[in-house]
Amino acid sequence: MTAAFVAPEIAWAQLTPVLLVLGAGVIGVLVEAFAPQRVRRPVQLALSLAATAAAIVAVAALWSGVRETGGTVVLDGSIILDGPALVLQGMLALLGLVAFLVIADRTESGEDAFAPSASAVPGSDYEEVARRKGLEQTEVYPLVLFALGGMMIFPAAGDLLTLFVALEVLSLPLYLLSGMARRRRLLSQEASMKYFLLGAFASAFFLFGAALLYGFAGSVRLADIAVATTTVVGMDGLLLAGLVLVLVGLLFKVGAVPFHSWTPDVYQGAPTPITGFMAACTKLAAFGAMLRIVYVVLPPLEWDLMPLLLGVTVITMVVGTVVAIVQTDIKRMLAYSSIAHAGFILVGVVALTQSGISSVLFYLLAYGLATIGAFAIVSLVREVNAGPGGAVVAEATHLSQWSGLGQRHPVLAGAFTLFLLSFAGIPLTAGFAGKFAVFAAAIDGGLAWLVVVGVVASAAAVFFYVRLIVLMFFTDPIGTAGESTTVVRSEGLTTVAIGLGVLGTIALGVFPSPLLDVLADAAVFIP
Amino acid sequence: MLTSALVSLPTATVGEAAIPATGVFTVAWLLVALPLLGAAVLLLGGRRTDRWGHWLGVLASGSAFLVGAVLMVATLSAPAAERVQDLHLFDWITAGSFELAAGLRIDPLSLSFVMLVTFVGTLIHVYSVSYMEHDASRRRFFAYLNLFVAAMLLLVLADSYVLLFVGWEGVGLASYLLIGFWNHSMPNAVAAKKAFVANRVGDLGLLVAIMILFGAFGATDFETVFSLAGGANEGLLTAAGLMLLLAACGKSAQFPLQAWLGDAMAGPTPVSALIHAATMVTAGVYLVVRSAPVYAGAPNALLVVAIIGAITLLFGAIVGCAKDDIKKTLAASTMSQIGYMMLAAGLGPIGYAFAIFHLVTHGFFKAGMFLGAGSVMHGMHDEVDMRRFGELRKYMKITWITFAAGWLAILGLPPFSGFWSKDKIIETAFATADGQGWQPWVFGTVALVGAGITAFYMSRLYFMTFHGTRRWTGTEGAPAAGQHAQNPHESPALMIWPMIILAVGSIALGGLLAIGDGFVHWLEPVVGHTEHHDPVLPIPVIMGATILLVLAGGFLAWRQYAASPVAVVPPRGSVLTRAARRDLYQDEVNEGLLMRPGQYLTRSLVYGDRQVVDGAATGLARLVASSGEVLRKLQNGYVRSYASTMVAGIVVLVAVVLAFRI
Repeated sequence: MTAAFVAPEIAWAQLTPVLLVLGAGVIGVLVEAFAPQRVRRPVQLALSLAATAAAIVAVAALWSGVRETGGTVVLDGSIILDGPALVLQGMLALLGLVAFLVIADRTESGEDAFAPSASAVPGSDYEEVARRKGLEQTEVYPLVLFALGGMMIFPAAGDLLTLFVALEVLSLPLYLLSGMARRRRLLSQEASMKYFLLGAFASAFFLFGAALLYGFAGSVRLADIAVATTTVVGMDGLLLAGLVLVLVGLLFKVGAVPFHSWTPDVYQGAPTPITGFMAACTKLAAFGAMLRIVYVVLPPLEWDLMPLLLGVTVITMVVGTVVAIVQTDIKRMLAYSSIAHAGFILVGVVALTQSGISSVLFYLLAYGLATIGAFAIVSLVREVNAGPGGAVVAEATHLSQWSGLGQRHPVLAGAFTLFLLSFAGIPLTAGFAGKFAVFAAAIDGGLAWLVVVGVVASAAAVFFYVRLIVLMFFTDPIGTAGESTTVVRSEGLTTVAIGLGVLGTIALGVFPSPLLDVLADAAVFIP
Repeated sequence: MLTSALVSLPTATVGEAAIPATGVFTVAWLLVALPLLGAAVLLLGGRRTDRWGHWLGVLASGSAFLVGAVLMVATLSAPAAERVQDLHLFDWITAGSFELAAGLRIDPLSLSFVMLVTFVGTLIHVYSVSYMEHDASRRRFFAYLNLFVAAMLLLVLADSYVLLFVGWEGVGLASYLLIGFWNHSMPNAVAAKKAFVANRVGDLGLLVAIMILFGAFGATDFETVFSLAGGANEGLLTAAGLMLLLAACGKSAQFPLQAWLGDAMAGPTPVSALIHAATMVTAGVYLVVRSAPVYAGAPNALLVVAIIGAITLLFGAIVGCAKDDIKKTLAASTMSQIGYMMLAAGLGPIGYAFAIFHLVTHGFFKAGMFLGAGSVMHGMHDEVDMRRFGELRKYMKITWITFAAGWLAILGLPPFSGFWSKDKIIETAFATADGQGWQPWVFGTVALVGAGITAFYMSRLYFMTFHGTRRWTGTEGAPAAGQHAQNPHESPALMIWPMIILAVGSIALGGLLAIGDGFVHWLEPVVGHTEHHDPVLPIPVIMGATILLVLAGGFLAWRQYAASPVAVVPPRGSVLTRAARRDLYQDEVNEGLLMRPGQYLTRSLVYGDRQVVDGAATGLARLVASSGEVLRKLQNGYVRSYASTMVAGIVVLVAVVLAFRI
C-alpha cells in the first residue's frame, strides 16, 4: 500500500541560521546541567550572543545565493528559504541579540528581571532564601534561544504542520518566561497562565483549521493548497473555514482585535525584558507567516477573505488607539500601542502588492527596534520604597510616576521620546518611513479608504505618545510620587541595547531607502 | 495710451550674457563665507569671544572687502564682454525635472554693491568698536553686523531669484535683530516688529514674483529668466514687475510701505548708517535694476516704479522738514533719496545707471552723516532732539567738518558727490525717448522741487545742530536733558577716522566716477548701452534751476534756523507741519485700513477656531476617550471572558466569510 519511505535530501547549509540558534539552546541546557553555578550566567550570555551573532553572519552568507536563485525549498518543502524568510530570520537574530542585552542586564542593584527561583511560591520563605543566596534562573537564556529558533522557522515554514510545530516551539518558552518576573510575581504568574490558556485555545483553532485544509486539499503544503483552491470544486466550506481558523491562530499571535485580549495582561505581567522581546520578535515571526499564507494561498480567494481581513485591520487600528488613550499603566499603554501597530502592519499585508511585503518587513524592523528600546527603558525606571534609604523595588509603571523624568534624566527620557516619536510616526524616525511605506503600498493596492482610516488612527495615537513626552519634560514631578521614582544604572548592556535602538531608529528614519531597496528586491515568496 | 511714450525704448537684450567664472573669480564665495563665519564664531562662541569678538567682526568684514577689491581689479582688467561671470557653487534644489544650482553672479552691478557694502561696512564696523564700547553685548552686535554683511552680499551676488530671496530674508532678519538690539525697551522691540511686518508684506511680493516667473519660464535663475523674458507676454511681465516693485517698496521703504523706516532709527546709530541708509534699504533699487530684462517687456510696471519713486521722493522730503529728531530727519531724507533712485530706475534703461550711481554716492554721504549724528549723540548724552543742539561746531570740530561735507554732497552743489549723480537723475527725469508727453514734465518737476526741499530740510538739520545758539545748557525748560549735565566733546579716533574717510568720499567720489561717464560705462555690461536722450528743457537751464532752488532752500533754512533763534519747544506749526511731524498720518492710515480690520479678522478667526474647530476637536476627543472607557471595561481580567471574546470573534468571522461566499 504505502510507498517506500524516501529520505529527503536535506540542504543543511540553508538551515544554518536556525540550527545555530536551536543548537545553542541545546548546549545551554547542558550548561545548566553541568556548569558550576557561578559561571553559568557569563557562559550562557556569551553563548546566546555568539549564537545570534553567528546567525546574522549565516544569514548574510546565504543572502547572495537567495538573491540569485530566488530561494530554496528545503526538507522536501517543509522549510522554504526565500527572500522574505531569510530577511525575517536576519531581523529576528538581530532583534534577539539586542533583546539578550536587555535580558542579561542586572543593573546596579545586582538583580536581573527574573525570579531567583521561579518555582518558589510567591512570598514564601524559600523564595527569600533563594534571593539571599543570589540564585539566578539562568534557564532563561536557552528558553529565549528556543523561542527565537521557533520564530525563525515560523516565517519559513512551507507546510501547516511545520508551521504548527514552530508555533508551539516559540510559544511554550514564552508562556514560561512570562511567569518568571522577580517583582510582582503573582501578576506575572497570572499573565503566564492567561497567555498559556488563551494560546492553547488559539493553537487548537489553528490546528482545527489545518485539519480542515488538509481535508480540502489532501495536503498540508501551502503550495498544494494554493493549487487546490483553483482545481478542487465543491468544498469551499472546508477551504474558507479552514483558512479563517488558520488566520485566527496567526492573528492571535500578532494581537489583532478581537484576539488581542491577552496582550495587555501579558505585556504588563511578564518580566519587562521578555515583554520587549516578545512584542518585537513574536510580531515579526507571526506577520512573516501571515504574509506567506496571504500571498501564497489567498489571492484566488481575495473576494471571499478580504472583507474579513479588512474588517480586522480597521477595528484593530481603532480599538488599539482608542483604548491606549485611556491607559494609566505604561506597559499596558505600550501593549495597546502594539495592538494599534498590528493594525497598521495589517494595512501593508492586505495591500496584496509586492511593495506590501517589503513595507511590512521594514515596518516590523522599525517597530521592533523601538519596542525593545522602549521596554528596556521601562525596565530601568523604578519605584523607591517610602521611608529613608528606601530600597529600589519594582518598575514604576504608573504614568504619573514618569512625570518630570526628563528634567532629572534628560538622556534616558530623550531616548524614550525618540522611540515614542517613532511609534507615532513622526518624520525622520524609522516609524515614519515604515508607516509611509505601508500606507503607500495600500494606496498602490487600491485601498485609499483604508489609508484614510489608518492616518486618522495614527493621528489620534499621537495624542497618547505626546502626552507621555509632555509628562516627562514639561510636568513637574507630583509630590511624593515623583520623589519615589528613580532610574537605576544599567550594567552597560541595556545602555548598549538602547543605543542600538536609537541608532537604528534614526538611521532608518533619515536614510530609509537603502533598506527599502534591499527589501523590495527580496520581497518575492516562492511557493 | 500711457505706454506709448515708453514702448519705443530699446527693448532688445539688456547687457551681456554670463560666462562661467574662472581663475580668481572662483574665490567669490569667500565674500559671503567670511562674514558668515565671523557671525557663526561670535554667536556660537558665546561669552568666550567677548574680549576680542569685535575685532574678529572687523576682520571678517575687512577681509571680505579685500576679496571684493581683488575681484574688482580682475573685472576691470577683463574686456567688457567678459565682465559678467557666473560662479557655480553646488546643486541646491533638485526635484523631479526642476534643478536649481546655487551660484554667484559676479558682474559690474554686483561688484558695485560688494564694494559699497564691504567698504562702508568695514568703516562702520571700526566706528562701532568705539561706539558700542560700553555695551555689554557688543559681541552680539558684531555678530549681527557680520550676519548682515554676509546676507547682503548673498543678496547682491545671487545668480537666481531664489538664492537672492535667501539673502533678502537674511538682511531682513539682521535688520530686525539690530533695530531691536536694545529690546529691553518696549518701543525698540515694537519698532523692530513693525519693520519686520512691513518687510514681510514686501517679501510676499517677491515670493509671488518668483512664482510668476517660475510658472512662466520654469526656472528662477537670472540667465534663463532674462533670456526668456524677451519673448514673454506683457501682462505676465507686468504682473511680475509689479510684484517685484512691491518687494522693493517693502525693503526700500517706498510708498506705501515706508512707515517702518523712521521707527527703525531705534537701532544703534551705526546700524542706521549701514543698514537703514547705505545698503539694505537700497536693495529694492538693486532688485529693480537687476530685473531690467523683466521690466523691458513691461513698460506699465516701469511707469509705476517711477510714480512710486516720485511720490516717495516728495513724501520723504516733506516729512523731513518737520522732524526734530536728528535721526528721523536723516531717515526721511534716506526715504526721499531712495525715491530719487527709484524714479531713475523707473525711467528705464536711460536711468538704471544713474540710479546705481546715486545709490553709491548716497551710500557714502548718508552713512557719513549718520555717523556724524552718532558722534553728536555720543557727545550729547544720546540726545537726539535738534532743538536741544546748536553751536556744536565749536565743540566737535571734526564731526562738524565731515558732516558739512555730507551736507554739501546731499544738497547737490558742485563739485560734491551728490551733484554728479542727482543732477543726472533730474536731467534724465526731464528726458524720455521721444521727448514728449506729460511724463518728463511731471517727473522732472518733482525731482527739481524735491531737490529744493531737500536743500531746505538738510540745511535745517545742519544749522540747528552745528550753528545758531546753544540750546543744550539744560537750564531753561529742558526736563529730559536736564537730568544730565551735557558736556559736548569730540569722539574718539576710532569714530573720527571712518567719518573722515566717508567725508572724503562725499566730496570726491561722485566727481571721480563721473569722469568720462566712467561709472555709466562700467555698468553697461549689465544694464546695456543707451543713447543719450535730450531733455525737454536745455541742460544748462535744468542745472541752473536746480542750483538756484538748492541755494534758495539753504538760504531759507539759514534765515530761519541759524540767523534767528530756535525755540526749544516746537511751535504748533501749520497743518502741513503737524501732518509731516506725524509722517503724513501714514501710521494712522495703516492702522485704520490694515491693522484694525486685520485685528478684527484675527479675533473673529480665533473665535471661530475656538468654537468650531476646537469644539469639534475636543468633542471628538471626548467621544474617543469615552468610547475608550467603554472598551476598557471589556478588558476585565477574566480569562474566560477573553476566551469567549475570541470564540465570538471566530464565529462572526467564519459566519461572515461563509455567508458572503460567492
